[in-house]
Amino acid sequence: MNNNSLWSDALYRLTRNKAAMLGGFILILLIICAVLAPWIAPYSYSYQDLNLGASPPSGEHLLGTDILGRDLLSRILYGARISLLVGFVATGVALVIGVSWGIVAGYVGGRVDSIMMRIVDILYGLPFIIFIILLMVIFGRNLWLLFGAIGAVEWLTMARIVRGQVIGLKNQEFVMAAKAMGVSNFSMFRRHLLPNILGPIAVYATLTIPQVMLLEGFLSFLGLGIQPPMSSWGTLIKDGVESMEEYSWLLIYPGITFTITLFALNFFGDGLRDALDPKTSDN
Amino acid sequence: MLAIFIRRILIAVPVLFAVASITFFLIKIAPGGPFDADRAVSPQVLKNLNEAYNLDASNWEQYLDYMSGLLQGDLGPSFRFPGRSVTEMIATGLPVTFELAFYAILIALMMGVFSGVLAALKRNTVFDFIPMAIAMIGICVPTFLMGPLLVLIFGINLEVLPVSGWGQLPGDKILPSLTLGFAYAAYIARLSRGGMLEVLNQDFIRTARAKGLTERMVVIKHAMQGGLIPVVSFLGPAIAGLLAGSFVVETIFQIPGLGRFYVEAAFNRDYTMILGTTIFFSAMIVFFNLLSDLAALWLNPRSRDAS
Repeated sequence: MNNNSLWSDALYRLTRNKAAMLGGFILILLIICAVLAPWIAPYSYSYQDLNLGASPPSGEHLLGTDILGRDLLSRILYGARISLLVGFVATGVALVIGVSWGIVAGYVGGRVDSIMMRIVDILYGLPFIIFIILLMVIFGRNLWLLFGAIGAVEWLTMARIVRGQVIGLKNQEFVMAAKAMGVSNFSMFRRHLLPNILGPIAVYATLTIPQVMLLEGFLSFLGLGIQPPMSSWGTLIKDGVESMEEYSWLLIYPGITFTITLFALNFFGDGLRDALDPKTSDN
Repeated sequence: MLAIFIRRILIAVPVLFAVASITFFLIKIAPGGPFDADRAVSPQVLKNLNEAYNLDASNWEQYLDYMSGLLQGDLGPSFRFPGRSVTEMIATGLPVTFELAFYAILIALMMGVFSGVLAALKRNTVFDFIPMAIAMIGICVPTFLMGPLLVLIFGINLEVLPVSGWGQLPGDKILPSLTLGFAYAAYIARLSRGGMLEVLNQDFIRTARAKGLTERMVVIKHAMQGGLIPVVSFLGPAIAGLLAGSFVVETIFQIPGLGRFYVEAAFNRDYTMILGTTIFFSAMIVFFNLLSDLAALWLNPRSRDAS
């Protein structure tokens, strides 16, 4: 990386932002828990103790059990795998589409740019949530389809941000110099444009993850997302709502976990934005 | 202004046409027919059903048929509720959903603008920190969690408000409207705070103060008009979000609105209902986006005078 000073400055500012550091710490903890779920979870996510039924938190089951006698803590840990996986993979899909779209539109410019951005404008105005539901209904509730569908919706803002950045870079000397030296388009993107827009991309990606997780939670809550016996935090909340009158812990613990994660992601994303672009931090 | 308006409408019409066509063919390639769901029906009955719903015609014929019906506002019959048309069902659900969305927007605007403007005026005091912290909660706690939590607190533990229904018990509209409105109040609070902060530093505000206007006049007449433009631009896209929110809120609170019809149709694979509501929702969202863009353009003196 040839722009060390920017990144080390940003890192310095980030480490001084307590909320962002706390958010980052929680995130790392969650990711570790999710990865290690099969080893650290006290029970299997599908192990049922029907004699026990729903029991409140106790020494045996730290967060209690659901109506089928499944350990809630274990289900939350396994749910973290699905929820975080959806968050990261769907954001990855959005990144790939959005960044390529934005770079091409911004770099090529002219008619191509205006057509590509007009398409983005039009897609912005459509109720995508409905199309995701439509896809889930038509093609069945498949995990990979869910990733693709959510990612295909969330790339629009990324495309706009990247295009704006690329237009700003395009007329700078080093890009013209590279062009004059006959650098091919592909290596122009990879070597000269992409490294210079990594900052805004990283910021926006961090802020897209919570949106994606919300969307997954929303779909799972309606019963159109993750299907049993797999569970995400969205499905746990859905199950919790169904029995919240008698067994309120089944709603409260998954709810707290989900909310804390969204907080952590938002704080970390905001902190990252402030760190990489000090100008915006003032309002 | 007029030119922009006409251009936007000229784009909207083909977009909606494309949405209708794509949705139609998506549903045609969906595996399984609408009638082979729960009970197996005899071939004769199936044939009659297909004939009655015009399903034995070619896809093109069905498409042309549907499109010409669409132009006359006819969205076809519902597959699941024999004898009822999709248009009819939309007409029953729409007023309920509109009322819910209206209350939610009202709550969101009142709470959001008030706390956002206050936070901007009293920057870096408790009046800034506390509303903004609450706004962060509103953004991070999703509707599908907020709703059940409110029900748990006010409906089940305190027993002060009904837990479900719409217009049957006194006060049963409060929790759904609050649930739906809260997240938007949070966004609006943040947007109006940001917009106000930007405007308050500008020269024309200093001029207004210098000519001796009261602070109240400065804020209400001069600062808010410009400071709230982001809020107005946000309202259009917010309608799309409200719609998604209504799916959740109407499901949680058992409200017989369009959102619940849609979710039920998705579960029942009531394809005509899905198709009809998708087209209808799209049209509505395109319309509201148009409206909010125009309002924002008109509020901004620079773009207003330029045309």
